Amino acid sequence: MAEALALELKGITKTFGSVVANKDVDLKVYKGEILSVLGENGSGKTTLMNMVSGIYYPDSGEILVDGENVIIRSPKDAFSYKIGMIHQHFKLVDVFTATQNIVLGIKDGKFNIKAVEKKVMEITEKYGFNIDLNKKIYEMSVSEKQTVEIIKVLYRGADILILDEPTAVLTPQETQKLFNILRKMKKDGKSIIIITHKLHEVLEISDRVTILRKGMNVGTVETKDATEQSLTEMMMGEKIELNINREDPINPVERLVVDNLTVVKKDGTVALNNVSFNAYGGEILGIAGISGCGQKELLESIAGLQITTKESSIIYKPDDLENQQLVGKSPKEIRKLGIALSFVPEDRLGMGLVGDMDIVDNMMLRSYKSGRGTFLNRKEPRSLANQIIESLEVVTPSANTPVRRLSGGNVQKVLVGREISSAPKVLMVAYPVRGLDINSSYTIYNLLSEQKKNGAAVIFVGEDIDVLIELCDRIMVMNSGMITGVVDGRTATKEEIGLLMTKSVEREDSNE
Amino acid sequence: MNKTKNHEPLFHIVKRDSLPVYKSWGIRIIAILAALIVAGVITMLLTGENPINVYLTMFKGAFGTSRRIWSLLQSLAMLLCVALAVTPAFMMRFWNIGAEGQVLIGGLATAACMITLGDKIPNALLIIVMIVASISAAAIWALIPAFFKAKFNTNETLFTLMMNYVAIQLVSYFEKLWENPKGSSNIGIINQATHAGWLPTIGNFDYLLNIIVVLALTVFMYIYLKYSKHGYELTVVGESENTARYIGLNVKKVIMRTMILSGAVCGIAGLLLVGGTNHTITTTTAGGRGFTAIMVSWLAKFNPIYMILTAFLITFLESGAGEISTVFGLNESFSDIITGIIIFFIIGCEFFINYKLHFRSSHKEVK
Repeated sequence: MAEALALELKGITKTFGSVVANKDVDLKVYKGEILSVLGENGSGKTTLMNMVSGIYYPDSGEILVDGENVIIRSPKDAFSYKIGMIHQHFKLVDVFTATQNIVLGIKDGKFNIKAVEKKVMEITEKYGFNIDLNKKIYEMSVSEKQTVEIIKVLYRGADILILDEPTAVLTPQETQKLFNILRKMKKDGKSIIIITHKLHEVLEISDRVTILRKGMNVGTVETKDATEQSLTEMMMGEKIELNINREDPINPVERLVVDNLTVVKKDGTVALNNVSFNAYGGEILGIAGISGCGQKELLESIAGLQITTKESSIIYKPDDLENQQLVGKSPKEIRKLGIALSFVPEDRLGMGLVGDMDIVDNMMLRSYKSGRGTFLNRKEPRSLANQIIESLEVVTPSANTPVRRLSGGNVQKVLVGREISSAPKVLMVAYPVRGLDINSSYTIYNLLSEQKKNGAAVIFVGEDIDVLIELCDRIMVMNSGMITGVVDGRTATKEEIGLLMTKSVEREDSNE
Repeated sequence: MNKTKNHEPLFHIVKRDSLPVYKSWGIRIIAILAALIVAGVITMLLTGENPINVYLTMFKGAFGTSRRIWSLLQSLAMLLCVALAVTPAFMMRFWNIGAEGQVLIGGLATAACMITLGDKIPNALLIIVMIVASISAAAIWALIPAFFKAKFNTNETLFTLMMNYVAIQLVSYFEKLWENPKGSSNIGIINQATHAGWLPTIGNFDYLLNIIVVLALTVFMYIYLKYSKHGYELTVVGESENTARYIGLNVKKVIMRTMILSGAVCGIAGLLLVGGTNHTITTTTAGGRGFTAIMVSWLAKFNPIYMILTAFLITFLESGAGEISTVFGLNESFSDIITGIIIFFIIGCEFFINYKLHFRSSHKEVK
């Protein structure tokens, strides 16, 4: 390439304890290009970029900006070299307006909100952002918040923009909008680095792709020469088959009948509004929607963890008992009926697992009460732990390692493995592959398919629409606590689901 | 923004993996040695005394005579007892800083039994009544903040702290009520003539009973926390209330139950102090143990067995440092300075156990 180098990394290494996050990474970014940094979770993409943006400091290696060796000790240093990063989790003050957030932390003489507004307006017009600058952050949708973050970085004069998984929270339509803006910035001569693990997006937006595997740079390719298959092979270091085994449901039996389910949160907002649907044994029901649209409340209501209104009804139809009304039952009773919920929250540990406990102790979270006596019986949990470690290939020094020490993907295998081990009649999983590498994700998908084959009613809340379309028999789309449509997983298209995700929006629930 | 060229920072901090046990204890021992050296230098600078002499005095103060050893063991046992009491609450992340008050209430209940029932009922029965009264009084005292925390999510730190003052005022009211002799505003030694309600001594050793009871409690607490279902539940609640809710745990019940236990053990401490050692009660009977115990518990990472060590360390420092002040005629605060330095080092060394520092490598400087 003839263009000038904007940023160059040479031999960057970063370790956390004995974990090597980045090893001897070289990377080049040219002016006016979009570079994708592709890699599985845990391959060191974010760590690498955090070093460029001043969050971490490398153990060794050099960073060059415009050909000059620089030392970046803090995000402020990074900005002085015109580097800005948009993090996956936004760093905004909720009660401030967009403009206030944009100028926050800049110390340059007088604070003149009029002048600031003018400058911000120029930026928005230049790149075609569509945003109300006087809106407060807490009133904004996720995509608006992201826009504020991007403007914030541009306002500080960044020429190198780093976006960490920018599309994870966007609908397909919003993603397209973002990509258009990124293309405009590229034309303007800015360098853009996108961290991602979504292959089709890499192919769509970037000029070049750098692939990281286990903290090392395993190669950079021109996007036009790459295919999904070739990129996957580079990411994984081996040829793999990525197939989800979707068989037709055999004799689906009605298991859950949800009627008029309404949940009002403590602050008076409606989390679920008159939701009605059925779930069948032997089928995977997918739930699509932007996160925070009531998916969590829906699953929690079924598990007995939410207070629902009087009109709500959730009927569970087991084979061996008469129909059971779940509303009003305690979580423990519902669980005993064979309804399992495995919710993987954003921090992965918040619910379902106890970080400081070891794998064995986490295995018995649900079962420790069984058996008489005051003392714990760790024999069965231990064998279950060993079994899960073996069958799901959990990487851990031993079954007695605190789960906090495990990497994200392994934490999840432990969680999902435990939930599935109880052989539930209704298995609800939310974001079970959040943060998992491709191989483990497919292990989990196939585990779910297996549960379905065994006759369980599987309810799957997912983020990745492509996966929903591949895995689920039916897909229910939610928006703002309402169901906006149910489509057939075998015939639905991404666009169709994307439209349903944003249908009839007055104001999106901005809580993530 | 600054246009000047940045220098590489002198060092940066990196989190460590877990260290092998011998290494982490090595760091702790180095920290204690370093603390002794620093404290020695400071002593020399401020007082002109030879630090070796100072430490010898300290050692003598703690172990000089068999009486001193017994008294050290007694203080150690009482401090350990209160530390055991606060531990389950702290593991549950319930910041019970009201142990002071709970001990006092346990002691007050003991004293009340001794004064009002002494010589009216057989001694054996009296002692049983004292045990029941002290344990239940302190347990109820601890349950009050737990109840409000569970029901209304009140702040337990403030609540338990305030309950301390209420307990102190209660004791001073009863001091006036039961004063003996009249006009002294002191309770004096209760049942001095009859020894009614005095806990029995084993052999000739005044403190042996207390020590044995506390040792038994230590073992009990260790097993309770590590192997019982209750212990498991309170750990889950402490780690993540969300998880506890998800597995259908009754969080409120666990909070209240754990605080009853915490209070009950404080009650035992009050019983031992009033019925076993002092045979009287004053507003300072708890003697700040309720607060020192928190440190003992934290330093031992809530492990009851390690608490024997940390409680020993703190008791040793207190008695030894007290001796320095008397022998060298120093202000009492001086012993606090030394204790402070040593504890600072011990707590500070945890940083080096969890993190390591990367210094700017020298070969880069050359370039």
